Amino acid sequence: MTYQPNARGYYGEFGGAYIPEMLYPNVEELQANYLQILADPDFQREYQKLLRDYVGRPTPLFEAKRLSAKYGTRIFLKREDLCHTGAHKVNNTVGQILMARRLGKTRIIAETGAGQHGVATATVCALMGMECIVYMGKIDMERQRPNVERMRLLGAEVRAAVSGSQTLKDATNEAIRDWISNPVDTHYIIGSVVGPHPYPDLVARLQSVISEEMRKQLNEELGRELPDYVVACVGGGSNAAGAFYHFLDEPSVKLIAVEAAGHGINSGHSAATSVLGKPGIIHGSRTLLMQDEHGQITEPYSLSAGLDYPGIGPLHAFLGTSGRARFISIEDEQALYSVAELSRLEGIIPALETAHALAALPQLGAGPEDIVVVNLSGRGDKDLATYLQFADKLNSYEF
Amino acid sequence: MENRIAKAFAKKQRNLLNVYLTAGYPTLDATVPLIEALVSSGADLIEIGMPFSDPLADGPVIQASSTAALLNGMNLWVLFAQLKDIRQRVPETPILLMGYLNPVMQFGMENFCREAAAAGVDGLILPDLPLVEYEEEYQDLFRRYNLRPVFLITPQTSTERIRRIDALTESFLYLVSGPGTTGGGTAQDPTKQEAYFERIAAMNLRNPRLIGFGIGDKASFERACRYAEGAIIGSAFIKALESKEDAPAAAREFVESVLN
Repeated sequence: MTYQPNARGYYGEFGGAYIPEMLYPNVEELQANYLQILADPDFQREYQKLLRDYVGRPTPLFEAKRLSAKYGTRIFLKREDLCHTGAHKVNNTVGQILMARRLGKTRIIAETGAGQHGVATATVCALMGMECIVYMGKIDMERQRPNVERMRLLGAEVRAAVSGSQTLKDATNEAIRDWISNPVDTHYIIGSVVGPHPYPDLVARLQSVISEEMRKQLNEELGRELPDYVVACVGGGSNAAGAFYHFLDEPSVKLIAVEAAGHGINSGHSAATSVLGKPGIIHGSRTLLMQDEHGQITEPYSLSAGLDYPGIGPLHAFLGTSGRARFISIEDEQALYSVAELSRLEGIIPALETAHALAALPQLGAGPEDIVVVNLSGRGDKDLATYLQFADKLNSYEF
Repeated sequence: MENRIAKAFAKKQRNLLNVYLTAGYPTLDATVPLIEALVSSGADLIEIGMPFSDPLADGPVIQASSTAALLNGMNLWVLFAQLKDIRQRVPETPILLMGYLNPVMQFGMENFCREAAAAGVDGLILPDLPLVEYEEEYQDLFRRYNLRPVFLITPQTSTERIRRIDALTESFLYLVSGPGTTGGGTAQDPTKQEAYFERIAAMNLRNPRLIGFGIGDKASFERACRYAEGAIIGSAFIKALESKEDAPAAAREFVESVLN
């Protein structure tokens, strides 16, 4: 079994490029060039140097001893929260902006949910002196205010997406419409492993540095490259794709993808796509998708703005349906508990998205000899307003 | 096999007007009365939009009409029920269904083709159906039901790809007038646009062409007709229906304002 897409971008039955003709020239240009650019030594030199000197890679792999003691297994945290801008998202934006320059593009657009990808895009645009427009759902702009201000401070224009649920899906729609309207000079930096081929593969490859470092660091620390479990949260799935990538062909490594169940899978307020979704087409990709019986895309819900996407990347749809990855759904309440837990046990305040991955720990069934790596995809600074709102609850937990 | 699209272009070689309406807008039951009004006032082809929650290629006007239509209760089952007797009312005018792939997939492509053919639909515009998927998966099915696909061409579409699209088409080519989503025609550079239309006209393609996106009144319709066999009006028509009590009357008035 291969977990790489075929030439047309299919992982099994998922993937492809279901795009209107207006997007075809841009998408085809990327399809024709992305592998060659990624393999180019000059590109790699520039990319690796920026990852080291600008992003701050490699990020540490930290053994969380108090958390390990509590769950009776050996837990390591891959500290993507220590990346410049506070999350793994920048691994991708650094790579894509170098690619955009090589394709002669002068204008960058992006969508953002929690604002982390928007900030990471605005950051690299400032670095490269390129025009940057970020689409963000109006509701997300309200609940992630600090990130909106960060993007503006970095020189980006933030445009509110006011259609639909006014969250990540709608921001993505607006970014795609912008690309349709600006077909020549613009590159669209998609933030997750979603969208038409080659984006899922491109973003997965740019995020794969996460698992590449994990293997090396585990080897240095333990004398073995392979953990027993790799755990990551999934909205679209970029941090999970990066954390899983170099373990996909290692069947002994259990891959755990953690989705947001919101108020509960069957509550009608959920983003658990692997359970609630059916095959369909969203944003140019055939994947699992939350939709009604008529094929209208339904509005997902999660307290976390980075996980409320009605689809998942086609790679993850394939990993889930083929049984390679196990999907776990975590509710808002459980994620909030994990925010408090990691803060108090390890002195690390995680992002709300990341907390979903941590909340899956009790369900793994990992034993005392097992090595569990949790991808700590982002830090919690951006969620302080939410954490303040739930301060009484967060402070009431005993550890 | 005979098809009303080919007949319409054989009968009238110039100035064909194709009007787009969103099924179930402004009211759920407006679809058929609007089609009748459009045809009786002079529209040559009818394009029925099947509303979708996330219409990527559409601008704000058609987005809003799609949302309203969905709230009105429109879906493919309702639409096919509405179109059941349409050929008794509108026997000759070509009818095309336009929409995004996901609702069609959930309905089932073969079911969809069967129902469309039974209702007397002549063509399908599915903008997010890739050419290669059409060729490999659906071409035989469309042929079996005598449904003609219509593909879009934009100013960025390569000559080679236009030839391939032309070869796969037995209806008309949908020339997108410039960069942008539906309804956004005002900001386009007229010189560039003319060069693009003339470049396509000079290719001697086997299919006739209709120009769409940003065509909205008599002047823009007539201008488009100088470069192609006709044009498609969507957003401007939907806008003309906004807050009108008598939608069919507004439709007649709109078509007359474009043609007379």
